Amino acid sequence: MILGADPLLTGPIDLTAVAIVAFKTLLVFVFLLVATMLMIWFERKVHGDMTNRIGPNQAGPFGVLQSVADGIKVFFKEDLIPDRSDRFVFKLAPYLSVVPAFVTFAVVPIGGVFGDGERGVVSMFGRDTRLQLADPPIGILLVLAMSSIAVYGVMLAGWSSGSKYPLLGSVRASAQMVSYEAALGLSVVAVVLVSGTLTTSGIVASQHVWNWNIWATGAVPFIIFVIAATAELNRPPFDLVEAEQELVGGFHTEYSSVRFALFYLAEFMNTVTMSAIIVTLFLGGPNGPALIGPDWVWGPIWFFAKLLVFLFMFVWFRATLPRFRYDQLMDLGWKALIPLALGWLLLLVAVRVADDEDWNVFVVMAAALAVMAAAYGLLVLAFRAARRVHEVEAAI
Amino acid sequence: MSELLRSYLTVAIFGAVAILLVSSLLGLGSVLRPQRAQGGKYLSYESGVDAVGTGWAQAEIRYYIFALLFVLFDVEAVFIFPWATRLEAYGAFGAIEMGIFIVILALGLLYAWRKGVLRWI
Repeated sequence: MILGADPLLTGPIDLTAVAIVAFKTLLVFVFLLVATMLMIWFERKVHGDMTNRIGPNQAGPFGVLQSVADGIKVFFKEDLIPDRSDRFVFKLAPYLSVVPAFVTFAVVPIGGVFGDGERGVVSMFGRDTRLQLADPPIGILLVLAMSSIAVYGVMLAGWSSGSKYPLLGSVRASAQMVSYEAALGLSVVAVVLVSGTLTTSGIVASQHVWNWNIWATGAVPFIIFVIAATAELNRPPFDLVEAEQELVGGFHTEYSSVRFALFYLAEFMNTVTMSAIIVTLFLGGPNGPALIGPDWVWGPIWFFAKLLVFLFMFVWFRATLPRFRYDQLMDLGWKALIPLALGWLLLLVAVRVADDEDWNVFVVMAAALAVMAAAYGLLVLAFRAARRVHEVEAAI
Repeated sequence: MSELLRSYLTVAIFGAVAILLVSSLLGLGSVLRPQRAQGGKYLSYESGVDAVGTGWAQAEIRYYIFALLFVLFDVEAVFIFPWATRLEAYGAFGAIEMGIFIVILALGLLYAWRKGVLRWI
């Protein structure tokens, strides 16, 4: 038996199973598109409020249909491909941006009853299945792999434009994204340690009701993950990729019409997907107390409520924080987040192994903290040495 | 098809749906949008003046060094993830082994740092 496999797909496949998979695909597809459309509106509206503007208010009630209006407009715009561009790669890049954003969402559990012995299985048309599109045994690695592929989308878009601003934007973007990918991966390891599984459904099941990973891992991996995710998404305050004052539009300067809209779509879809991943990894996904009515109704409700918190948080970041400088960005990634993630991982391992082997947890904690203090001392020394070298060079 | 592959099949189906969406949007756009070719439209953008040289300018070498460092940490993830799922099974032995591994890795990072690779001018 494979852990975490969808019960729908075990055993012989019949027409009902195919129909359910098709239905779920359609459901997730429509949900993701609508959520992205609403996210674009939500961001503009909330950001407008925060900067004392009205924001979109013409198309539909409260401007909800603004994204639809923009989408329709974009179809009637001429599509320009610069003469100097690499035409094949130029056309390929939007695919590489949008497809990973979609595929990542396939492993997010949207609902289902998680509890004692239950692993998020619901009944649909008389068959047991999960309220998530796919549940591969390495779900969370799929998420990391897809976020790596998204780097290709940005990198190739900038490179193939054959123009200077896009190229600068894309090398910046790829260096930034791979830097934070390392910190992102290391904070996911902490979650895997605590949950003991790589499947997203298993991770959610291990956080039943209130045993969320945000406190099971001690909050630090959560903070690292949120910062790294913001950088992965190229969202403010890490939006150096498209810093308008320096790089015009960044990697998509040369794109127009539908191709430009696709990058825009991918950006916001990634925001929705990444928020969903944060909820899944650290905040128990669809876990939550069932208040009234049937249990399975509450999974999606809790999931959306938590999702909304993070969507709002990303908008809030954008409205509040000034953009990082490039050296500050790299320093934060390599000199703060990665060492912190590594150290915290070792601390977590020490505490869990000590707990498991019945050692004195306090002694282990003290030893681990001593080691971390020594490592911190080394880091401070390294900082000082680096500063000395810098000063000597500056003097010359 | 094995049960293992079936869950990836749904992922692949969803990926295919995404590709279908992108190509149908692009197809719809190509039907609807106007095409009025004029020479000046296809120049590279360079703040309003004619572009100088080729678009593929030299980029700072540091970007590539960061990419190399990333490979180091990504390969390390390959070792850490399988162990993290079986933490209790390997117990203290596995924890110490992984501790040594991570410390060596951290020393590598520290070395790069000390060499000034991480410094951005």
